[in-house]
Amino acid sequence: MAGISMRVNGREVDADVEDRTLLVDFLRNNLVLTGTHVGCDTSQCGACVVHLDGKAVKSCTMLAAQAAGSDITTVEGLMSDGELHPVQRAFREHHGLQCGFCTPGMIMAATDMIARHGAALDEATVRTELEGNICRCTGYHNIVRSILAAAAEMNGTQQAAE
Amino acid sequence: MYSTKYHRASSVAEATSLVSAAEDGKFLAGGQTLISTMKQRLAAPSDVVDLRHVDDLQGISVSGETVRIGAATTHAQIAESEDVRNVCAAFADLASLIGDPHVRHMGTIGGSVANNDPAADYPAALVALEATVHTNNRDIAAGDFFVGLFETALEEDEIIVAVSFAAPKKAAYQKFPNPASRYALVGVFVADGSAGARVGVTGAGSDGVFRASDMETALDGEFAAGSLDGVEVDTGLMMSDLHGAPDYRANLVKVLAKRAVVAAV
Ligand SMILES: Cc1cc2nc3c(=O)[nH]c(=O)nc-3n(C[C@H](O)[C@H](O)[C@H](O)COP(=O)(O)OP(=O)(O)OC[C@H]3O[C@@H](n4cnc5c(N)ncnc54)[C@H](O)[C@@H]3O)c2cc1C
Ligand code: FES
Ligand code: FES
Repeated sequence: MAGISMRVNGREVDADVEDRTLLVDFLRNNLVLTGTHVGCDTSQCGACVVHLDGKAVKSCTMLAAQAAGSDITTVEGLMSDGELHPVQRAFREHHGLQCGFCTPGMIMAATDMIARHGAALDEATVRTELEGNICRCTGYHNIVRSILAAAAEMNGTQQAAE
Repeated sequence: MYSTKYHRASSVAEATSLVSAAEDGKFLAGGQTLISTMKQRLAAPSDVVDLRHVDDLQGISVSGETVRIGAATTHAQIAESEDVRNVCAAFADLASLIGDPHVRHMGTIGGSVANNDPAADYPAALVALEATVHTNNRDIAAGDFFVGLFETALEEDEIIVAVSFAAPKKAAYQKFPNPASRYALVGVFVADGSAGARVGVTGAGSDGVFRASDMETALDGEFAAGSLDGVEVDTGLMMSDLHGAPDYRANLVKVLAKRAVVAAV
């Protein structure tokens, strides 16, 4: 057991956990942030993607202790002022989900790829960037559409703000 | 996962002494192989020593034609490095083809090289670039470093500090990814270096990464795809598993080598 602390969705959290505790289990069981899902538990599906210091990572493939001292963002942390994040809104508008199980990971992967590619994000890039996220319902078309719509909106907003 | 004790090292010396003091200690870099292996109970280290916060293992430096990459540098950092891209775009391209964005944000070159998965990408580049693997107590030529499947020249508790290589005149990497795992079913790194043409092959060899010397000789004649037409790839050296039979892999080696020669810049 060891005491760890980190910031999760902007909030400081401390806990005593076994060193072998996975980050995803820490988020779900200790913090009751159950938005982050476990699809495969073998590093393949991306349902567990969260941001570690701003970068998308698979939280089933890292110890909570590795994240100590870091900033974590989960899907619960994307809303601001009671408003859905543009990526969340786009998934709703463009039917980017069916059962919704992969959705938290898809949305965290999407916000990461939009942040890295900005206005250069095109359909082919979205499809290759989704390599680490598996959806067994949608066939991906509407996920890709949702991400492109959100990217266009976010880049538009940024330009307007500049 | 069995119980383990987590340590965070802040220097190379601290990392090695923590691992040697432990009953069965292991370095933990990106964890993209080790954590999965521990979850499957295929590994059960008593202690893991996190290398992600060791400054001396971080970073990329390019001076002239020499590229040096710290062991804890992530695949994403290598893929995005303008410095690497300027002198050897093929190496940055290779890093960008590893796994997926999330794996690339965590996985490191040191972890990949130490693991020496027969389907990993970097080994093909390191043998073709005649790179050097720098450890805490010696420099090992890539050709001597990769010993066999998942086997390297590393001694117990020896830590990879960096890898370095001289940028070639031209190079390219061509990968045929396994559609499920994204590891290389076959990957070929071709380099036209100061000592001649070099061809590194991963994913295909039954003994792990190897240099295709017949192809190198043919390319020394003329560095052109056509030079490889007459070269036969020995199916006896090829790995065989449910993903590909030896003759299929041998054919892929040749196809990818030709594509790499055409793509080389
Ligand atoms: C879904 C998925 C897809 C992948 N696809 C690919 C792919 O296409 N191509 C590819 O090449 N790889 C692929 N990988 C593997 C990935 O590249 C790993 O990051 C890499 O193999 C291990 O690096 P790591 O930093 O995560 O090491 P870890 O998992 O932390 O460690 C691996 C091993 O190396 C040892 N080690 C780590 N650092 C050092 C060091 N500095 N000195 C000595 N020993 C050390 C550890 O003790 C351990 O035994 C994939 C992985 C996943 C999960
Ligand atoms: S649950 Fe983490 S990748 Fe599937
Ligand atoms: S919506 Fe069901 S798995 Fe993607």
